[in-house]
Amino acid sequence: MGDRLFGGIGLLLAAFFIWQATQIQVSFISDPVGPKTFPIIIGLLLGISSLAVLLKPDPKPDWPALGRLVEIGIAVLVLVVYAYSLPVIGFVFATAIAAAFLSWRLGTSPLQAIVAGAATSVGIYVVFHLILGLSLAEGPLGI
Amino acid sequence: MDALASLADGFAVALTFQNLFLALVGCFLGTIIGALPGLGPSNGVAILIPLAFSLGLAPTPALILLTSVYYGAMYGGRISSILLNIPGDEPALMTTLDGYPMAKQGRAGEALALSGVASFVGAFFATWGLVFLAPLLVKVALLFGPAEYFALFVLAFATLGGISSTNQAKAALAAALGLGIAMIGVDGQTGVPRFAFGEVHLYDGIDFLVAIVGLFALSEVFIFLEHRGDGSGEGKDAKVGIGRITPSWSLLRSTAPAMARSTVLGFIAGVLPGAGASLGSFLAYTVEKQVSDKDKTFGKGDPRGVAAPEAGNNAAAGGALVPMLALGVPGSGTTAVLLAMLLALNITPGPLLFQQNPDVVWGLIAALFIGNFMLLAMNIPMVGLFARVLMIPPKFLMPIVAMISFVGIYGISGSTFDLLVMVIFGLLGWVLRKLDVPLVPVILGILLGNLMEANLRRAMTISDGDWTVLFTSPLAIILWTIAVVGFVLPILVGKRIKRRMHMSEEEPGGATTVD
Repeated sequence: MGDRLFGGIGLLLAAFFIWQATQIQVSFISDPVGPKTFPIIIGLLLGISSLAVLLKPDPKPDWPALGRLVEIGIAVLVLVVYAYSLPVIGFVFATAIAAAFLSWRLGTSPLQAIVAGAATSVGIYVVFHLILGLSLAEGPLGI
Repeated sequence: MDALASLADGFAVALTFQNLFLALVGCFLGTIIGALPGLGPSNGVAILIPLAFSLGLAPTPALILLTSVYYGAMYGGRISSILLNIPGDEPALMTTLDGYPMAKQGRAGEALALSGVASFVGAFFATWGLVFLAPLLVKVALLFGPAEYFALFVLAFATLGGISSTNQAKAALAAALGLGIAMIGVDGQTGVPRFAFGEVHLYDGIDFLVAIVGLFALSEVFIFLEHRGDGSGEGKDAKVGIGRITPSWSLLRSTAPAMARSTVLGFIAGVLPGAGASLGSFLAYTVEKQVSDKDKTFGKGDPRGVAAPEAGNNAAAGGALVPMLALGVPGSGTTAVLLAMLLALNITPGPLLFQQNPDVVWGLIAALFIGNFMLLAMNIPMVGLFARVLMIPPKFLMPIVAMISFVGIYGISGSTFDLLVMVIFGLLGWVLRKLDVPLVPVILGILLGNLMEANLRRAMTISDGDWTVLFTSPLAIILWTIAVVGFVLPILVGKRIKRRMHMSEEEPGGATTVD
């Protein structure tokens, strides 16, 4: 994806934003400007700058190979699953798994990654929960 | 002197056991954060804000902790520049030019000690500059009405992309994106929901802490995932001998003029909107090279080439606090993050802050002085310890960064929705960085969007809907003029400066920090 596509997406976003702004319900008490005007100004700014990017693009960034993109996609997925599983299985287990996965994908051997994940999780638990008293997600085992 | 009396009060605030302890912790953490490639002042402070917030620290201690981290990170950035030739953060880029050659000559210890002293000099005098300049700026700011504030916000956005952005259209796009995100949620004045799409979680708007941690910290993790293991092999080079770690008097004396010049330049660069520490160190190095490179020793391990950028970037870090505290408009990425901290604590920076919470401001400034001495004391003898931290490879560090980001955000709200929003912002940050779109205007837009709109609408209410009120007062006209010049000028000259900054960059791989 180069700047042309990016500018195009920006334009669409600007159009959508302005359209949504016009849909804002105005209540009967309002100031002279109202809740719509400023968002519309922003939408226009977004549109104009997107157009400028579209018309005068920079050289394409070097996007990573498809394999790396899939990698990032999977990492995002893991983090989303992590966010959902925190209140279900508790902080320590969820974090150990997620940290081990990230560490593995960043190039540690699987065994090392499991150790690193567990160490990260327990380390954060000890420092932030036991020492500093921050509340972390609790699972069925209370950790 | 009013300022000195207030400063004395500030020391009374800062010199409590808790605050001293927090300053010490902050300096220590900050130095480590600055030293680690891939973590710089802005993402380091970004991760710590939610933590400080959920630990329930009072505003002054929290601010002391985080600004100590900020100053510490500016100190720490030099360590990996000198030892590994990888800047720990962007402002430390120029330090690699002479620092690494010095290390290769076996003078790493000397370079580290000298840069520590230079950092101290820069930061120390910049903090004095802050003491005297900020109250002056506050007097000007008291003349501001809503229309002037609106113009000031426009100025901040127009100049923020500034000299460090290659493409002003992208800076403007980034600002619009941030402002647009700020519009999500219930309108403060009329109570109608905007852009919430019926989603209850969006009625409160997007929490800027969630956005900041996602954009700055999580996107870093994705960058490392993209270049798997990048930089992990670099640790081996760190076996460069450190050598003696005290600078000799003659060395200090010969570099003193360089430090003095660079401190002034750096401070000015820091105060100016949109410039920040990277420009401070770049200006300091280039000017110093022009002034004193008579024997063509710069770039080959000249001590002055180490002292100048370090004094420059630390002075700029202090200078950048002036507009942030006095006007509530940050001049750089990290001060934008510090502004987020203040807003999260329900403190609005600006002239009123100096009147209503003088203890916060002056306590903070006093803490900066104390932190500076701590950093000097810590950095010279313990530099070997910090150098060892560099051995932590990113493959272990980055998962920790990601997990701590989650801990911080979860600690604030305990909401899965916020975590998901953070992941989305992380991905957005990665894409924007790939496309060379600056992230700081996005953050600033999210932070200031509602304030900016409120001032616009207040001005309009006063003038009863007459838009010309925005351009009538002389002060407003000056602000608009600077904004226009600040936006147009980089289009004309910015590319050249940016190119020169990056021509001197030898290894763009390791550090992709945002300043």
